[in-house]
Amino acid sequence: MSNFAAVVFDGVVYSSWLFLMAAGLTLIYGVMRILNIAHGSLYALGAYTAASLGGAWIAAGYAPAGSFAMLALAVLLVGAVMGPLIERGLLKWMYGKDEIVLLLVTYAVFLILEDAIKLVWGVESKLFSEPYALPGNFAIGALVYPVYNLVLIAVAVVTGLALSWALYYTRQGKLLLAVIHDREMSAAMGINVDRVYLATFTLGAMLAGLGGALTAPMIAVSPGIGVEVIVLSFAVVVVGGLGSLGGAALGALMVGLARSVAVRYWPEGELFIIYFVMALVLIARPKGLFSAPEARKI
Amino acid sequence: MTFDRTIASLAVACGVLLVAAPIAPQWLLFLLALALAKGLVVLGLLLLMRTGLVSFGQGLYFGLGAYAAALLAHRGGLADAALMIVAGTACAAAVAAILGLLLARYREIFFAMLSLAFSMILYGLLVKSSALGSTDGFHVQVKHFAGIALAAGVERRVFYAASAIAVFFLGWALHRYLRSHWGRLSEAIRDNELRVEYLGASVYRVVYANYIIAAALAGLGGAFAALAVGHVDPETTYWTTSGEFVFIAILGGTGNVLAPFLSAAIFEALRTVASQYAPNVWQMALGVAMLAIIMFLPGGLWTLVRRRAA
Amino acid sequence: MNPILAAEGLQKSFGAVTAAADINLAFERDSVVSLIGANGAGKTTFLNMVTGYLRPDGGRVRFDGQELVGRSPRQITALGLSRSFQIPQLFQSLSVRENLLVAEGIAHAERVEEATDALLEKFDLASYAARPAGLLPEGIRKLLDVAMALVSKPKLLLLDEPTSGVAADEKFGIMDLVMTAVRGQGVTVLFVEHDMDIVSRYAARVVAFYDGRVIADGTPAQVLEAEEVRRYVIGGAPHAAA
Repeated sequence: MSNFAAVVFDGVVYSSWLFLMAAGLTLIYGVMRILNIAHGSLYALGAYTAASLGGAWIAAGYAPAGSFAMLALAVLLVGAVMGPLIERGLLKWMYGKDEIVLLLVTYAVFLILEDAIKLVWGVESKLFSEPYALPGNFAIGALVYPVYNLVLIAVAVVTGLALSWALYYTRQGKLLLAVIHDREMSAAMGINVDRVYLATFTLGAMLAGLGGALTAPMIAVSPGIGVEVIVLSFAVVVVGGLGSLGGAALGALMVGLARSVAVRYWPEGELFIIYFVMALVLIARPKGLFSAPEARKI
Repeated sequence: MTFDRTIASLAVACGVLLVAAPIAPQWLLFLLALALAKGLVVLGLLLLMRTGLVSFGQGLYFGLGAYAAALLAHRGGLADAALMIVAGTACAAAVAAILGLLLARYREIFFAMLSLAFSMILYGLLVKSSALGSTDGFHVQVKHFAGIALAAGVERRVFYAASAIAVFFLGWALHRYLRSHWGRLSEAIRDNELRVEYLGASVYRVVYANYIIAAALAGLGGAFAALAVGHVDPETTYWTTSGEFVFIAILGGTGNVLAPFLSAAIFEALRTVASQYAPNVWQMALGVAMLAIIMFLPGGLWTLVRRRAA
Repeated sequence: MNPILAAEGLQKSFGAVTAAADINLAFERDSVVSLIGANGAGKTTFLNMVTGYLRPDGGRVRFDGQELVGRSPRQITALGLSRSFQIPQLFQSLSVRENLLVAEGIAHAERVEEATDALLEKFDLASYAARPAGLLPEGIRKLLDVAMALVSKPKLLLLDEPTSGVAADEKFGIMDLVMTAVRGQGVTVLFVEHDMDIVSRYAARVVAFYDGRVIADGTPAQVLEAEEVRRYVIGGAPHAAA
C-alpha cells in the first residue's frame, strides 16, 4: 500500500514540475504559433538567477526564510528582462515566416543563451539548497519526504488556477483567447496583437523562469540543465494538445504518473516511458488530447 | 548523356579525396572522414527538406547505424567494416520502416519534434543500458574490410576511402532521384500537398519512402562515423547532435547534393578550431550563424555558389 | 437516362449553417452545365462533397456507377473525375512546365515531356513555361490550374470559378481555351460561375443554388429570367452587355 502511495505521490510531484514547464510553452504556441526551444534556456536562467540571488541573500546573513522571496524575484527578473528582450529584439522581425523557421530561430536563441549562461556564471555547479531543507520533512507511512515537494505541488496548482482564471475571466485573458482562436480576425477587430504577443511571451518566460527557480534548490545548478527540459515539456504539451492549458495539466499528470511507475518498476525505461506515452496518445489523437479545429482550405 | 556539372564536380571531388587517402596526415583524414559521414546524414536531410520536412531526429538513425555497426563487430563477432556498414544502414532503414508509418502522417513542427522525441527514446535506452557502456559507450576496433585483413595503421585510411566512394555513388544516385519524377513530386508535396492528392498521387507514400531513404543515409553515416572515431556513445543520438545536422543543412542549403558535404567540411573544420580555442562560445557562434543565415542567406551558402555560376 | 453523375439527398451542415439541404441533381454525359448562386449558397460545398474534400452528413453521389461518398480525392481522381480550384492550387516554386510534368508523371503518361509540351501549346502557356508558378498573372494561374486537371484525361471536369479574379477582357479567352481543349473528348464539364455572360455563352444547362437548395434548373434563358433567380442570385436586371 505504501508502495502505491509513494508511486502516486512521486508522480504528482513530478507532474507538478512538468506542468510548470509545459504551461508557458503551450501558451506561447497557442497565441503566437511559435514552439519556443529557448524555453529550456529561460528555465536555466531562472535557476541560475535564483541560485545567485538566493546565495547572495544567505551569504549576507539575512533570514533563510526570506530566500523564498529571492526565488520570486528571480522569476520576475527573468520574465521582465528576457521576455521583451527576445520578443521585441528578435522574434518581432521574424513573424510571418514559416513555423519551422521560427522554431529554428528559437533554437538559435537557445544555443546563444546556453553559452551566455556559461560566460556569466562559469561552468561550476551552483548550490542553493536552503529553501529545500528549510520547511523540513513529513512522512507518508514509512517514507520521508521534504515538505518542499508540497510547495512545488501547491505552486503548480495555484499557477494553473490563476492562469485559467486570468484567461477566462479577465479582459486581458479574453483578448489572449481571441488571438489564440483567430489572429487575423482579432487584429481586424482592433486588438493590439503586437502587445498581446509581447505580454504572452513575457508570461511564458516568467513561467519558464518559475520552473527553473523552484527547481534550483533541488539540484546542482550547472550548464545544460535546460536541455532535457525542452524535450520533456514538448512531450507534455503535445500530449495535451498545443495551445491548451487544460491539456498541459492532463498531459503532465499522465506523463508524470507513467514515469513514476517506470522509476519504481523499470528504472531503465524512465525516459522511454515518457515518449512512449506520447507516441500512444498521438496514434489515437494525432493532434493531442485537446486541439483546435481547422478551417477549410479550399 | 549531357554533361552534368554536379556529377562532374562530385567525381572530381571524390577523386581528390581518394588520392589523399594514402598521403594525407591523420588529422586531416579524420576531419574529412567525419565530414563525409555527417554529410551523408545531411544529404538525407536535404531530401526531407525538399519534401517540406525538417527532421530534428536524424540522430536516431545516426546513432542506430553507429551502434549496430559497433555491436556487429564486438558482440556479433563479425569485425568486418564492409559488413558493419551494411548492418548500420539496414538497421536504420528497418527502424525507419516502422517509425515512418507514424511519422509520415505529420508535418511542420509536429514532424520535427516527434522525430526529436524518438531519438530521445533511443538516447534514454542507451544511457540506462550498462551493457552498452551507458554514457561512456564503447570502443570500436576493426581490422577487416570485405574479408581482407588490413595492415596496422592502414584501417582508417581504407574506411575513409570507402566513405569517399560511397559518397560519390550516393551523391550521384540522389542527384538523379531529385531530377526524376520522384524528386519533382517531393517538391510538389512541399508546395501543395492538396493538389498532389487531387492529381491522384499518395503524399503519404512519397513521404514514407523519402523518410526511409533519409534514415538509411543517416545510418550509413553513423557506421562510417563509428569507424572513423573508433568509438560509439549515446551522444550520437542526443537531440543536440540532430540539431547539428540541421544546422549543417541550413548552412549549406538544399540547392545541390554537393552542398551537404561542403557545409559539413566547413562545420567540422570550424568545430575543431573552436573546441581548441573557444569551447565555451561554440554554441553561441552556431546560434548567431544560424540567425544570420536565416535572415540574410536563407538558401544557405550554396546560393553564393549559384550566384557565381550564373 | 444514364447520367454520369447523380447526387441524391445530399445534406451538409456546419453547426447552425445548412450548406446543403436535400440536393438531388443528375448530369448527362458530354453536357456543359453551369452552377450559379450567391456566395454561401452551397455551390462550392456541393463541389467539395462530390470531390471527396467534405463528407456529406447524408445522401449519396454516384459517378459512372460508382459510389463516391467515403472515397478520398485521390480515389475519385482515379475514377475519372477531376477538378480545378477557386484559388488556383499550383506548385508555387516549380515552373509552369514542371507543374505539368508532375501532373503527367502522376498520370503515368507514356511520353511525359511530349505530353507536357502538347499541353503547353493547347493552353497557350508555352511563353510562360520556365516561369515559377508563384510569379504568374492570375489568368495564367487559372489556365495552368485547369490544364493540370485535364492531364488525367477525366470523364468529368469540375471547374470552380474558372474566370474569377481574371481581368474582364481575358475571361472569354480563358473559357475559349478551356472549352476548345475539352471539345471532342467526351468530357462532361460542370463549372461554377458568377459572370452571367460566361454562363449564357458556354453552358447548355444552368443550375441555380440558394441557401443550400436548388432553386432553378434549365436552359440559360429559362433560369436567368426566372423570378427567384433574379431575386436571389443575379439581383435585379440581368447584367447588361457592355
